[in-house]
Amino acid sequence: MYCQQCNQRPATVYITKIINGEKSEMHLCQECATKMQETSGFGWDPHFSMNLLSSFFEEAESALNLARNFPKTDRCETCGLTYSSFRQSGKLGCSDCYNTFMAQLSPVIRQIHGSEKHTGKIPERGGEQLHIKKKIEQLKDKMQEMVQREEFEKAAEVRDEIRRLEGKLK
Amino acid sequence: MVAYKDIIKRIRSRWMEGSGAQADIVISSRVRLARNLQGIPFPHLADKQTAQEVINKVKEAIDTSVKKEFPTIQLTALSEIDRLQKQILFEKHLISSQLLEQDEKAAVALDEEEISVMVNEEDHLRIQCLLPALQLHEAWRKADMVDNSLERKLDYGFNEQFGYVTACPTNVGTGMRASVMLHLPGLVMTKRAGNVLSALSKFGLVVRGLYGEGTEALGNLFQVSNQITMGRNEEEIINNLSNVTQKIVDQEREARQVLKKELGTQLEDKLWRAYGTLRYARIMDTQQALSLLSQVRLGVDMKIIKGIDPRIMTELMIMIQPGCLQYIMGQEMNPNMRDVYRAHLLRERIKIENA
Ligand SMILES: [Zn+2]
Ligand SMILES: [Zn+2]
Repeated sequence: MYCQQCNQRPATVYITKIINGEKSEMHLCQECATKMQETSGFGWDPHFSMNLLSSFFEEAESALNLARNFPKTDRCETCGLTYSSFRQSGKLGCSDCYNTFMAQLSPVIRQIHGSEKHTGKIPERGGEQLHIKKKIEQLKDKMQEMVQREEFEKAAEVRDEIRRLEGKLK
Repeated sequence: MVAYKDIIKRIRSRWMEGSGAQADIVISSRVRLARNLQGIPFPHLADKQTAQEVINKVKEAIDTSVKKEFPTIQLTALSEIDRLQKQILFEKHLISSQLLEQDEKAAVALDEEEISVMVNEEDHLRIQCLLPALQLHEAWRKADMVDNSLERKLDYGFNEQFGYVTACPTNVGTGMRASVMLHLPGLVMTKRAGNVLSALSKFGLVVRGLYGEGTEALGNLFQVSNQITMGRNEEEIINNLSNVTQKIVDQEREARQVLKKELGTQLEDKLWRAYGTLRYARIMDTQQALSLLSQVRLGVDMKIIKGIDPRIMTELMIMIQPGCLQYIMGQEMNPNMRDVYRAHLLRERIKIENA
């Protein structure tokens, strides 16, 4: 199928627009889709997430030859989603899918975000271990600075604190 | 028309009334957080019973935790809200079109309409804070508070590497979408909007024209939001958007000065003609109304047109939409009738009050 905008290049991106509750789908080439995204409207209530995934998949997969390396029968035990149905819909099935499909997801997420490491907020509950890890990283930086400034006594105190925290990690 | 004012008051949202930093150009600031519950299928895979369980859990968390800090917040199943009211919530940006489609399985918690928590949209939870003017930090602070209160009672799906999990991997990480709605008639009229806005992708921001299809942004309204949700923390995302917004505001102000200098009386003529049309026309479709409101608003902001409260302009942009209009007029109407009533409402509301 060719791009509906330029009729020249093959359509690789599907965009679903919803305007006043009415849905319309557009099939565009990468170039026209990018242009459209930059300059104009995805509609009055723009979709939180855009259906630009299909192109991301192809790039990520061809780069890493994932399609071959991972059997498409992989199935999330919690929700039953298979990798191939994820690939079709662009949607994961549950929180556990992120563990099940971690290897396949990493390059896709990197393609989308340019990063695959969350650096933001951590939930209070359930995130205790992560909070400790984060604190340890901060303390290690602090210790480095102190060593550079030759404040060895203070650095030793920080080192003890790091050890104490590491003891709390499972 | 006192009666209109009363009815409008009933459906007005806080974000339309308020003022604040750069309120003449930044119409509103919004922060949305996507959250999901651990081990429960996302809404697109959930059957009705599972969806109801999610609603019950969220309701419990709202009632026992969030209410402590936001006493007026109340969760309602979408199926219990009548059709017109739902349309109005959508027009006021308090629920999304996708939530409307999930009607049978969805719910929404609202306070005095700064906070809304959508349940079973694309994700189990979409926490939103919508404020007038440039108040991204405040919007983030409040959304964060709601998030923390909910999290005390709910087990969130959180992945050590990827952060907050979401149904679509475009939102994973912070799960945060921060946005501002901007009124940029100066940049559009001086033909600078394309340049200024297309440069934003360099800052990881996305621009959308509001209200319309095609390339033209109706009413000169644009929404700018962060494109990616991972690799930067929430503060960084907010700071970046805030700083860039400030720069766009400066450019818009400069463009307005250029217009004033170069067009002079021509500009005044154009803006007053827009006022004249709004004040006397008998038939008005939404598109034309938005475009004229934008021009009159520019006239008010530039002190060319005096005696109109600029806040009325924001309010009217919302009130002329089909749902709100029918509510204000107290009856269902076909599109032709709406155009007549829209013109009527605009005539009454746009009068210069103390000229
Ligand atoms: Zn094309
Ligand atoms: Zn799953």
